Amino acid sequence: MPTNTVVTDLKQVTIRFSGDSGDGMQLSGTLFSTLSAIFGNNISTFPDYPAEIRAPQGTLHGVSGFQVRIGSQGIYNSGDRADVLVAMNPAALKVNINNLKRDSIVIYDTDSFENKDLEKADFISDDPFKELNLSSVQAIPVSITSLTKSSLQGMGMDNKEMIRSKNMFALGIVCWLFNRPLEIADQLLEQKFAKKPNLVQANIKALTDGYNYASNIHMTASTYRIETAENNKGFYTDVNGNLATVYGLIAAAEKSGLQLFLGSYPITPATDILHELSKRKDFGVKALQMEDEIAGISAAIGASFAGALAVTSTSGPGLALKSEALNLAVMTELPLVVIDVQRAGPSTGMPTKSEQADLNQALYGRSGESPIVVIAATSPTNCFDSAFWASKIALEHMTPVVLLTDGYIANGSAAWKIPDMDEYPDIKPNYVQVNYKGNHEEWSPYFRDEESMVRYWAVPGTPKYMHRIGGLEKDAKTGILSTDPDNHQFMVDSRKEKIDKIANDLPLLEVLGDKDADTLIVGWGGTYGHLLEAMMKIRGEGKKVAFAHFNFISPLPANTEDVLRRYKKIVVAEQNLGQFAAYLKSIYDGLNIFKFNRVKGQPFIVSRLVEEFIKIIDK
Amino acid sequence: MEQDITIQERQPKDYKSINAVRWCPGCGDHAILNCLYKAMAELNIEQENTVLISGIGCSSRLVYYMNTYGMHTIHGRPIAIATGVKVANPDLSVWVATGDGDSLSIGGNHFIHAIRRNVNINIILFNNKIYGLTKGQYSPTSDRGFVSKSSPYGTVEDPFHPAELCFGARGTFFARSIDVDLKNQTDLMVESAKHKGTSILEVLQNCVIFNNGIYKKYSEKEFRDDKTIFLKHGEKMIFGKDKNKGLVLDGWNLKAVTIGEDGYSMDDVLVHDAASMDNTLQMKLALMGTDSDELPLALGVIRNVAAPVYDEEVAKQITVVQEKQPKKTFTEFLMSSSNLWEKK
Repeated sequence: MPTNTVVTDLKQVTIRFSGDSGDGMQLSGTLFSTLSAIFGNNISTFPDYPAEIRAPQGTLHGVSGFQVRIGSQGIYNSGDRADVLVAMNPAALKVNINNLKRDSIVIYDTDSFENKDLEKADFISDDPFKELNLSSVQAIPVSITSLTKSSLQGMGMDNKEMIRSKNMFALGIVCWLFNRPLEIADQLLEQKFAKKPNLVQANIKALTDGYNYASNIHMTASTYRIETAENNKGFYTDVNGNLATVYGLIAAAEKSGLQLFLGSYPITPATDILHELSKRKDFGVKALQMEDEIAGISAAIGASFAGALAVTSTSGPGLALKSEALNLAVMTELPLVVIDVQRAGPSTGMPTKSEQADLNQALYGRSGESPIVVIAATSPTNCFDSAFWASKIALEHMTPVVLLTDGYIANGSAAWKIPDMDEYPDIKPNYVQVNYKGNHEEWSPYFRDEESMVRYWAVPGTPKYMHRIGGLEKDAKTGILSTDPDNHQFMVDSRKEKIDKIANDLPLLEVLGDKDADTLIVGWGGTYGHLLEAMMKIRGEGKKVAFAHFNFISPLPANTEDVLRRYKKIVVAEQNLGQFAAYLKSIYDGLNIFKFNRVKGQPFIVSRLVEEFIKIIDK
Repeated sequence: MEQDITIQERQPKDYKSINAVRWCPGCGDHAILNCLYKAMAELNIEQENTVLISGIGCSSRLVYYMNTYGMHTIHGRPIAIATGVKVANPDLSVWVATGDGDSLSIGGNHFIHAIRRNVNINIILFNNKIYGLTKGQYSPTSDRGFVSKSSPYGTVEDPFHPAELCFGARGTFFARSIDVDLKNQTDLMVESAKHKGTSILEVLQNCVIFNNGIYKKYSEKEFRDDKTIFLKHGEKMIFGKDKNKGLVLDGWNLKAVTIGEDGYSMDDVLVHDAASMDNTLQMKLALMGTDSDELPLALGVIRNVAAPVYDEEVAKQITVVQEKQPKKTFTEFLMSSSNLWEKK
């Protein structure tokens, strides 16, 4: 064992906490990422939950992981493989063999690596490292459970309660390894368990003892100092994508001066949106947990008709249930934000795993000609801007907007600079009493603004503009039911034109990297961080490549065709079997599109992207 | 500050829209619509503060004939949509026009849950025991054995009685009327509107094309007095052409008797208590005449009790939270987050 510990500087590091779903790994991971962010690092996290709430203890399908990548720069995603793995049991070691590097540090709890534990994780020998062919990793045995128990002796806790703090002992070790100041962790624990002072004390004790233990025994030859991020002055907090989505909606409600209304039904991984909005009574948010998905969107449509900023939140299977009601919002041309936090499908699929396979459903999953706005958030923090944009477009253009996020960005967190709300645009709905210049007696509900094609919004309570809308086709001039052939053609065309015109209000598509390269990498939504890093690595290898990532999908940014036609080869990378590639092909003829598709329920692996993209570049 | 308050008396015609009414001649819906105009005039509610929501089916066309705000929505969902309207703006008077197919079949879930929550909306349930708009299939209220296009050999399923669903979902208001009984029906609509919470008014409505005459035994003048009883809160349960019949308790059951016969006097006749929280007797009253003809069919307000109202409770929670803390802007909220740090 070395006698002196040296400090080595690193630009970035990826750490994975892994254990039973009851071991508190999510908390260890969250605390570590938050304190690193407060310490000045950039962070990106990836909570990887099992589907079961509490699977049988020690088994492979009960493993819960939390990966966090911290560093000074280039933290665009949560990292491919871990530099450090904390394994609380043999199952956690086994499921993570592909998440390790050759020389990863593996800190493991010897108390739960006994023969009976090995059996539960289907090991056949008593040497799990050898059995998994992990001889090159730096394995560090620590009897975490018994050390935690000794640490908490005399605090009046029973055995079970003491063991529960072992995640804090493990976190203490990791804090020592990366030279994290414990004061910040202590503060975070005090906030987290403010109502349970005994628990705060116990957790701080276990944390501190874990730190001191690692320090006293010089657990590794070297500890690491992670460079802090380049200076970007301001106030920060950390958010995951679901929370940022909620904040974007609240900001939009404030800008528009409208009441925020959510009609929802619990569904993984979107439920946190319902939780967070239910808390926000301080902002007057009305968040209703309805009896089913259909009632969720229906209540939202009712609230929209009544003049609120109306939202419904769900995941893929829920969006399927909502599709008929969504079409009612298309037909009645009411503002509505529909958030789909995508998960791996089809059907119930893999609820806790991420995917991008609901694009087709969002674009096409309704009867009739049903044009709609589709926006895809690109990162946890971008969920804020995307939700704000979704609300602004819905309210100003009288249309439902589907906001696609995904399980990866919804649960993943990052440090977020508090936005300057003065920099965000106003939201001004097309109110009939404000913008309609004609006589109210001649007005009917499908009169449109000539420029934008947006119909006027007459909210109940407004005198003189009583009207009836509905799912049946209406006469464009009178608003009365109509099956007139020319009128239907006109109304179908008008609804489409209204959506197409929104492109004029959208930011242009940006090209990153070598604009004059032959190959353009194209992505959309939550894969931004991985694709960006892949592009930078390819350029780092001396090859030219450009990268364009889509935040706005329907309508596409106005310069999309110009950008795409500039490249000889376009590689569209997405977590489905090629839905966005097919969408682009359906609009623009003659593009030379290559596809990179993975549907494993896991984030892209950057090294794999680099390898595959280079093959295409070199073709 | 002095204000010039003019009380505007609205007439039934003020609630009529310009749209031509397109139901079949002789359909019960015409009568219901006219009663609604009258009820709204009696309530004198502002057209701009009134919202009608309907689903799909013949009944749901009603929205187009109202000079109020309205949305003709999709099959089964009007009650969920109306819940959103009412919660978003509790100041609006919100009505739902729906049918037995719309609310008891495809929309059954929303029906029971709105009642359970006690959202302050007025639901007029047009029960014609048939799917009219799709041209004559049996509905969830059609009697067992009913022959229709989709049950040529008769149905092999029992019907829902709307009252049972309403009571089972802990309903606070249930009333029943017959489409042709204009005076009472108008009054019942007014009663529904005055009730705070979800009110269900089941209208026995005749479909002249596909299910003509099913309510004849109650609606025709010659039978009406003997086959129905109009219940009024606080009044004796008497019926019959000569007002000489009454309802009494016989063990656990209701029994129709003639006053002055078999030793029954007026003192034995029950007094209707629509305000009783215990709905046992109200349920028995509501089910009279549905499965057999021994007892008269109950009309009028059968249950009307006070309970917390959902939309008010939602608003109240917000008020309570906002009273406890000073109102913050979104930026102030973020800056006061416990999880905030500064990069200098």
